Amino acid sequence: MTDAHPGTPALLSLRNVGKRFANGVTALEGLDLDVRQGEILSLLGPSGCGKSTALRLIAGLAEPDAGTIAWRDGQRPEIGFVFQDATLMPWASVFDNVWLPLRLRGDSREQAAPRIVEALGRVGLGDFQKAYPRELSGGMKMRVSIARALVMRPALLLMDEPFAALDEITRARLNRDLLALQAELGATILFVTHSVYESVYLSSRIVVFSQRPGRVIDTIDVAPPGPRDEAFRVSSFYVETCRAASQALESVMQPATAR
Amino acid sequence: MTRHARFSQRLLPFGVFFIVLAAWEALVRLGEIPPYILPAPTLVAATLVQDWGTLSASLWATLRTTALALALAVGGGVALAILFAQWRWLERSFFPFAVVLQVTPIIAIAPLLLVYLEPGTAVLVCAFLVAFFPILSNTALGLASADHNLRDLFRLYGASRWQQLRLLRLPSAMPYFLGGLRIAGGLSLIGAIAAEIAAGTAGRGAGLAYRIVEAGYRLNIPRMFAALLLISLAGIAIYLALEAVSRFVLRRWHESRAEPQG
Repeated sequence: MTDAHPGTPALLSLRNVGKRFANGVTALEGLDLDVRQGEILSLLGPSGCGKSTALRLIAGLAEPDAGTIAWRDGQRPEIGFVFQDATLMPWASVFDNVWLPLRLRGDSREQAAPRIVEALGRVGLGDFQKAYPRELSGGMKMRVSIARALVMRPALLLMDEPFAALDEITRARLNRDLLALQAELGATILFVTHSVYESVYLSSRIVVFSQRPGRVIDTIDVAPPGPRDEAFRVSSFYVETCRAASQALESVMQPATAR
Repeated sequence: MTRHARFSQRLLPFGVFFIVLAAWEALVRLGEIPPYILPAPTLVAATLVQDWGTLSASLWATLRTTALALALAVGGGVALAILFAQWRWLERSFFPFAVVLQVTPIIAIAPLLLVYLEPGTAVLVCAFLVAFFPILSNTALGLASADHNLRDLFRLYGASRWQQLRLLRLPSAMPYFLGGLRIAGGLSLIGAIAAEIAAGTAGRGAGLAYRIVEAGYRLNIPRMFAALLLISLAGIAIYLALEAVSRFVLRRWHESRAEPQG
């Protein structure tokens, strides 16, 4: 597990970013955020705080109304996006679903095949190429979704509460596998979650969001002394970090306790 | 459920059907009801065999009209739905006309069409008009119903409009289209029959509905029943055929068709 690299320039920097929806709701206001190369950065915050909006802005699926999003290399690199739902095409096989990003870039089945097989192998679904989404469990669908994002070898992987709909056991397993994948690929991952435990287990850094309009109210570095194995989940370091993150989250919830 | 029980359940409707037929036959024979009031099932069957030459030609004519109208409705409806999906202003401009055509009963439009067109064409146009709308509206709805996250994904990977249509919108629309197709299949037969009655053409190319009208004038009630039977069978055949198409296309991926998973 690589720690954040304070010395290296940020892969991307958001400065004073704001976003209003057409219905007048301000989702984000004055958001400053740096994403460093190779880190797993969690955006932790209450529901509806604008975390997902931040992700959409970074992906280029929406434009900010204020502020700037600057990329280290001057332009947006290859980005993978994993949604809360697996968002697979039900009419297409697992293979064809993972083929999609390459297909949209003009790669034929044959050209894309090695990379599809590789991506499916990485998420442990090598034997399910011909299966259809409805034949898979929720966790397996999410693995297909991750393989589809990985097949483009993205420099930045955006994940929008990807495991929120899964059961606890599946979620823990996918968290572990995601860490292994990240160590293997060295990708930068920006991970939106509202689970304190998940964010502490996964991330090298946690950014805590305020309630809407979302802005960063706290940043917690997570640099455990040992590896992130099962023992890590019950270590005092883990518990302490969870408590710190919970307290930060509590503090933003306070004004709204009246609800 | 045991195999035996399942088998007898499937047989049940046929059993009831034959009991009803037998009761009908008994009623006519024991009550000595004359055939011009109610013909016995055996007489209807005999008439069907005896008049097969005329009736089969009419059946063929009606089926041809129905199939052609359905094919035109599928082609036109899907094409228009795609145009609507690509250009919303087109939909706003033309959809009201489609609705007007849909809500006006075809039997009321038929006489007007018969003034402008020769009978065969008028019948075809009528059948087309009723079959067209369910295809158009269902396909348009389906094209607009693609999952919004998937649409985002297509945008993220820079999909062209054409790729989005071919790889996302058309497959998304498929279950909706097939639902419309099954409705349209039945409606095109109804449209053809209604228009044939309005047209009342004799001679070559006269459909089953004309045979019914004609037999009615001659008080040839067994023949009316025989023609009616053929129309029913045609409707059932169309339904089963489109059901099979739908099942085949959606078998791997749609909840409505696939085998339940363990």
